[in-house]
Amino acid sequence: MSVTVLAALDPQSPFVQACYIVSFSLFIIGIRRGTHPTTAKQGNLIAAGGMVIAVATTLALEGIGNWGLIAIGLVGGSIVGVVASKRVQMTAMPQMVALYNGLGGGAVALIAWGEFRHDLALGEAIPLDAFIPTLFSMVVGSVSFWGSNIAFGKLQGLISGQPMKIPGQQVLNALLLAGIVAACIVLGLDHDSGPSQGLFIAVLIAAAILGNLFVLPIGGADMPVVISLLNAFTGLSAAAAGIALDNTVLIVAGTLVGSSGTILTLAMATAMNRSVGNILFAGFGATPAGGAATEDRPVSSIGAQDAAIKLAYADSVVIVPGYGMAVAQAQHAVKEMADELAKKGVDVSYAIHPVAGRMPGHMNVLLAEADVPYEKLKEMEEINPEMPHTDVAVVIGANDVTNPAAKDDPDSPIAGMPIIEVDEAQQVIVIKRSLSPGFAGIDNDLFYHEKTSMLFSDAKQAAADIAAEVEGL
Amino acid sequence: MPLITEITIFVLAAFVGFEVISKVPTTLHTPLMSQTNAIHGIVLLGGLIVVGLSDFWLDNLIGTIAIFFGTINIVGGFMVTDRMLGMFVRKPKKEAAAEKKPDAEPEKDE
Repeated sequence: MSVTVLAALDPQSPFVQACYIVSFSLFIIGIRRGTHPTTAKQGNLIAAGGMVIAVATTLALEGIGNWGLIAIGLVGGSIVGVVASKRVQMTAMPQMVALYNGLGGGAVALIAWGEFRHDLALGEAIPLDAFIPTLFSMVVGSVSFWGSNIAFGKLQGLISGQPMKIPGQQVLNALLLAGIVAACIVLGLDHDSGPSQGLFIAVLIAAAILGNLFVLPIGGADMPVVISLLNAFTGLSAAAAGIALDNTVLIVAGTLVGSSGTILTLAMATAMNRSVGNILFAGFGATPAGGAATEDRPVSSIGAQDAAIKLAYADSVVIVPGYGMAVAQAQHAVKEMADELAKKGVDVSYAIHPVAGRMPGHMNVLLAEADVPYEKLKEMEEINPEMPHTDVAVVIGANDVTNPAAKDDPDSPIAGMPIIEVDEAQQVIVIKRSLSPGFAGIDNDLFYHEKTSMLFSDAKQAAADIAAEVEGL
Repeated sequence: MPLITEITIFVLAAFVGFEVISKVPTTLHTPLMSQTNAIHGIVLLGGLIVVGLSDFWLDNLIGTIAIFFGTINIVGGFMVTDRMLGMFVRKPKKEAAAEKKPDAEPEKDE
């Protein structure tokens, strides 16, 4: 045996169990502190402390060896983690979260495979209460790994963000899933007579294909839901791995992550007024909805100077940011524009739609990066009643989340989706490169509204131009 | 540990999770996601156990990759969350902070 044993804590000893209890308690306290911006940073450190305890305890367990390999994994992972966390731009957070989800899922799938190989090598019957969670965590972890990688590719622009329809998609997915379940049942029935490793690997591969096929047809604007769902998957697969390994801290931590992902998934789906199933299986935006031809309708266009005058002489201005602000990296320019307006005595606030951007809370983080105080960020329910008293609403890189068709046109694909009601404001300025439709592929009536002036420009450039004009007034 | 005990832990943790996480405001949802990314890096423990128990090259490879992935999750996740949450903390001197911005507009005239 080349496995060297340096420490020898019995995994089921009360001391180890107590350490794990402390560890998961710190996770819960950490998340609990994350409910307010002023305490969240401290909460994150508390959760990290819980992690240190869990890892240190496990390293001291009886039977843990192969220190060279463990060191390679720990040191290599730490270097990558530190560099990535320092380098990543705030606008790229959705990609990063998708990638991390994938790593977590991939780790779980690998661990399940390793567990399975270990159980096989023992040559005894594999107890079903460990084998079933192992199979579950392998399948869900693998789906999560590949699905997250596709989501990462879409967000990073490595593959098209447009929904990709494959003929017979749903039938294929259903067949794959049925095949996976059937193979798992076969493996389970053989648990006492040496289940086939070939079949296990086949299931691992089938789950990988399913992960790819399941995310490919989903469009970029639905990514907030997909990322949240994959987060839930990874958490649940970790919890299942915890059941298989008899490890309480894994069960609790995985379940917490699963709860978080589930809550966010449901919140995002509610904000789109669509069911999770519809988002996952309908391939939104793949069929452009009919409607009036874009070019035929008159729009009123405006320059930065006129926009600056409208804004500077307003009492209240509401800025509605969307994904376009993130793409243009315009958050700092927008903040400077708001600062110039504030100097002129204008009351400026920001209206954040729950699904603006590519992940839950995406806009909030970008604006926080630009030093916008979080009190200035208003949620949709909070700002909509104030819209009729708002002098000017400025839409920056947002589209579908402001489309009045959602409440006016029952035939619209986004009918019933709650929107930021900018059409209720006295005047509207829309900063946008062109009249092209948003992700839902539908025309936005807001652009042709009599209250609306279109400022055709890059978001960052427009905000900087307006700021300069306001300053000169 | 009996399976039923583990399921009990799972169900109770799910209730706790729903209670606590539903109180996280939308403004902190992105940090919440990156923090939960870090927390599910806990699967690192599974990787340690796989490597610890194994002697064969394939198991060692599987386990080491799992440890590598889990560590990236933990270290990268907690650090990037910390960086993000630092932005939500009110800075005492806003103007000073604004001037230090790395990608300030070139056309910005002071």
